[in-house]
Amino acid sequence: MAWTRQILRVDLTKGTCTSEALNMEWAMDYLGSRGLATKYLVEEIDPKVDPLSADNKLIMATGPMTGTIASTGGRYTVVTKGPLTGAIACSNSGGYFGAEMKFAGWDMVIFEGKSSKPVYLMIENDKVELRDASHLWGTSTWHTEEQIKKENQDPQIRISSIGKAGENQVLFSCVVNDLHRAAGRSGVGAVMGSKNLKAVAIRGTKGIGNVANPAEFQKVTTEKKQILAENAVTGEGLPTYGTQVLMNVINEMGALPTRNFKDVKFESANDISAEAMATPRETDGKAQLVTNQACFGCTIACGRISKIDKDHFSVQQKPQYHGASGGLEYEAAWALGAANGVKDLEALQYAQMVCNEHGFDPISFGATVGAVMEMYENGTLDEKKIGLKAPFGSAEALCELVEMTANGEGFGVEIGLGSKRLCEKYGQPELSMSVKGQEFPAYDPRGIQGMGLTYATSNRGACHLRSYTVASETLGIPVKTDPLVTEGKPGLVMAFQDATAAFDASGLCIFTSFAWGLGDIQPQIDAACEGDWSEEKLQEVGERIWNMEKLFNLEAGLTKEDDQLPTRLTTEAATEGPAKGLVAGVPEMLPEYYEIRGWDKDGVPSAEKRKSLGL
Amino acid sequence: MGSATATLKLYASLSEFLPPGSVKNEAEIKVGEADSVARVIERYDLPERLVHLVLIDGVYIEPEDRPIRILGPGEVLAIWPPVAGG
Repeated sequence: MAWTRQILRVDLTKGTCTSEALNMEWAMDYLGSRGLATKYLVEEIDPKVDPLSADNKLIMATGPMTGTIASTGGRYTVVTKGPLTGAIACSNSGGYFGAEMKFAGWDMVIFEGKSSKPVYLMIENDKVELRDASHLWGTSTWHTEEQIKKENQDPQIRISSIGKAGENQVLFSCVVNDLHRAAGRSGVGAVMGSKNLKAVAIRGTKGIGNVANPAEFQKVTTEKKQILAENAVTGEGLPTYGTQVLMNVINEMGALPTRNFKDVKFESANDISAEAMATPRETDGKAQLVTNQACFGCTIACGRISKIDKDHFSVQQKPQYHGASGGLEYEAAWALGAANGVKDLEALQYAQMVCNEHGFDPISFGATVGAVMEMYENGTLDEKKIGLKAPFGSAEALCELVEMTANGEGFGVEIGLGSKRLCEKYGQPELSMSVKGQEFPAYDPRGIQGMGLTYATSNRGACHLRSYTVASETLGIPVKTDPLVTEGKPGLVMAFQDATAAFDASGLCIFTSFAWGLGDIQPQIDAACEGDWSEEKLQEVGERIWNMEKLFNLEAGLTKEDDQLPTRLTTEAATEGPAKGLVAGVPEMLPEYYEIRGWDKDGVPSAEKRKSLGL
Repeated sequence: MGSATATLKLYASLSEFLPPGSVKNEAEIKVGEADSVARVIERYDLPERLVHLVLIDGVYIEPEDRPIRILGPGEVLAIWPPVAGG
């Protein structure tokens, strides 16, 4: 078995920490991480609970592969009911925190209730205690990590924490670990903040001694690492260029949402691309990109570490930002850049650093700023209301607004509510580019049709990481499909959704799926875990997880109306590029998607489907 | 080769194969009536293993079509090695 079989339950109201046995019956049906934590959540909370109330729970969970020698086995997941969406929130992260949780002997930690004062949880193997965090409250994730390590005199403690955004309950705030990695989407950090839980610090020294078949596991993980190494994408493309290499690809395809999705191409895409990050700056002769970085156990190493130009206006008087720090990934660079028409790469890096430092999602933040800029340009908002001029393309506005949002100041408080609430408040709900209240990532569904259905049906709100059909529609992985057509996309989306859920439940990184299929993770899981783990079983686990999340959302009050795109994308055609004249074909794809899912016309899983999945 | 021109864009590790004078990953190149995509790829010595994603005006060109698809005047040919993101 690769589970520790122990979970930790922390009652923040009572201040108690108790261990209990992992429900192994559930582990056999939901595997771990996203799947198993969501099972615990849906069994333990009322789906209609106020996400920011003490009655909501927040679960941090590893998968059976987390902490093992399998490549990328370092993921952990934060699961809760999301404040941004009112739906299931499930956000995973790399770095080293997840593996440390496993080394300390815990499969997951369940937080319930609400502390009367700021606390952090300290875990040293079996020794677990809640400690006062009053001195950390109001400080950044970076300060919190440094301070906890310092006061415990141990630089090897791994920490997940919230920054000021989570404390202030910015609805898209993150839980940040290892300085630059984050459970980034759906506002899981706001739930943590609502519980007065500042951080979780872990030191684990038990290691992983519980693999079912160690010799077979060693053999098969080595073989599978070789596949990653020899694959052109995972062995060369991702480590060298990172995800940011997509900026020019997606722009060239005419699917780069620009200026709040008014346009599908950004004339300055190359200025904010991976190629630009690697090009020496005119100002100081240095490239922004310093190096790549790997998470625990990862043999891909797609992460970016960058240095900002210290003479850039955003950081001239702020030496704390001059060192190497987490750099721009594609989604963030798009949201902070093209979505707002901002082409200043250094401004984007500054905004990214502030998002990491104070713990909020650059995708939702950047996309919300895009809506603000559109409302500024159409006269709905003005300089007096916002506190500054905010036309499309203003790097100065981006940098000021990121600070205001981080600090909960002025108009930043309204941005912290996300684009849906903000646009509704100012009478223009149609300008929120979101589904279920969560902002879109970096692919225009008019130019990549499968992504429209992906966004519409994603259980955690608009998201690319629930079924990344871009791999097929753009990159030809595993097979090339035409991005401009809707035919066949419901089946493609469903296949990606179920497979992704299985990957997520294992504790492995979804980026391995550029080279691996379920057939590659299956023998690794089978060697590590007790039980018989066939490929068919993993597919069923993925489908079960997807349906469980959907049922939770329905019980929370969501309906098929929450599976729709904003009218801009279904009525305003792309004006240039290959998709010129096309709108997003979600209305024609959705009925077929429901049907092949075994759901009724309202998107409700049938009794037969629920029974077949044991739901 | 005629006097008509098209645009060649090379990205990621293919950037080093851009002709002198290229700006921001793109160059204006002369194209003739017989200049297929494959011929342009050959002319600029692009290694086969690095020619993965090939677009003309944003539309994907299948590998089997590259020898027969002529790059027309004013068109934009963009090429990437195997890359991915997310």
